[in-house]
Amino acid sequence: MTKPKALFEYLIRHADDTLILGQRLSEWCGHGPILEEDIALTNIALDLIGQATELYEYAAQVENKGRTADDLAFLRLEREYKNVLLVEQKNGDFGKTIVRQFLFDNFQLLNYTQLLNSSDAQVAAIAEKSLKEVKYHLKHSSEWVIRLGDGTEESHQRIQESVDDLMRFVEELFFQNEVNELLQEDKLIGDCEEFKQQFHQNVNNVLTEATLTIPDIKYHQKGGRKGIHSEHMGFLLAEMQYMQRTYPGMQW
Amino acid sequence: MTSEISVEQVWNYLKDVKDPEVPVLTVVDLGIIRNVELNGTECLVTITPTYTGCPAMRVIENDIIERLSKEGLRTEVKTTLSPAWTTDWITQDGRDKLEGYGIAPPQDEVDKSVLFAEPTVVPCPLCKSKNTRLVSQFGSTACKAHYQCNDCKEPFDYFKCLK
Repeated sequence: MTKPKALFEYLIRHADDTLILGQRLSEWCGHGPILEEDIALTNIALDLIGQATELYEYAAQVENKGRTADDLAFLRLEREYKNVLLVEQKNGDFGKTIVRQFLFDNFQLLNYTQLLNSSDAQVAAIAEKSLKEVKYHLKHSSEWVIRLGDGTEESHQRIQESVDDLMRFVEELFFQNEVNELLQEDKLIGDCEEFKQQFHQNVNNVLTEATLTIPDIKYHQKGGRKGIHSEHMGFLLAEMQYMQRTYPGMQW
Repeated sequence: MTSEISVEQVWNYLKDVKDPEVPVLTVVDLGIIRNVELNGTECLVTITPTYTGCPAMRVIENDIIERLSKEGLRTEVKTTLSPAWTTDWITQDGRDKLEGYGIAPPQDEVDKSVLFAEPTVVPCPLCKSKNTRLVSQFGSTACKAHYQCNDCKEPFDYFKCLK
């Protein structure tokens, strides 16, 4: 594998993470439990889709085959999407959406912080910009985890079930293969193993504060980084790609 | 005539371009114009987004091109991400205009990653009371939070601090 190919693959992984989660969050538009949260979730969706745009634009430039950011976002097949399984999981109730967000925000905070040191100026710039947004997202999701976990008997039970269900997808956030190794040689990216312990500590601190139990995961669910997705992904793509598939090249 | 236009004049023309979502602010007040380069009648304006997903950026780009075309300039707008925009770049004039418009200007805040920190005191833009409360960190646009005044009861937008 060449280095531009590795960089393209790396950018696509993270662009897909943010696009797919942005798509999921936008499903809440008009359905939030209260107006403020409807607005908050769609604001976060907007930030994530904004980050995806920056990542796809740079990926298109690196690939240099005439594909645009829109082509990459809307005209690939399911197996070509490399997002982690966590972000494509269904919204469930509000608490489940919050737990999924909380886990992803924690990863993004540490990953973007590490990417600030990237030897690639554009990667560092995207990280610098995105990090400011992620801090708001993490504060929002963490406060809700605590509010629901340490809330009523029912909110506690329901968010605990979501934690128990989603924790098996966490390990995949730290997926690394030869793409990462190649890019690490030139210090384009860092080794995410370096902040894995910090990630778990940050997550556990909030879960403990929320009076939640940290589940002991024996089996980690993976596949998304290799293009092998859960059954929810096809439905999500069908909805997201519908307009471009039906009216190719249509403009807003 | 157009050959006599100076970079300084271009900055002045840009003061006519408003933020479409906060129409009281110009793009210069907002601090998103990073650079202006002139080469005869060719102009290169570099802007930086407030938030990555800000839907106003494309509109602002077109408005800049249209405004400068009235002066006979052919303009290209380039977007840069680094250094990342911060609310510190909003001019004092811009802050005053925001407050006059009913949007509380950004206050100095502690690091966002600190959980459950005491919320920032944001004075009410209407009655100036400091007795206000945060309703939601996320408001009508990506750059605003939602507050309410406990004294005059006015719900208001706060242009949130981004550093």
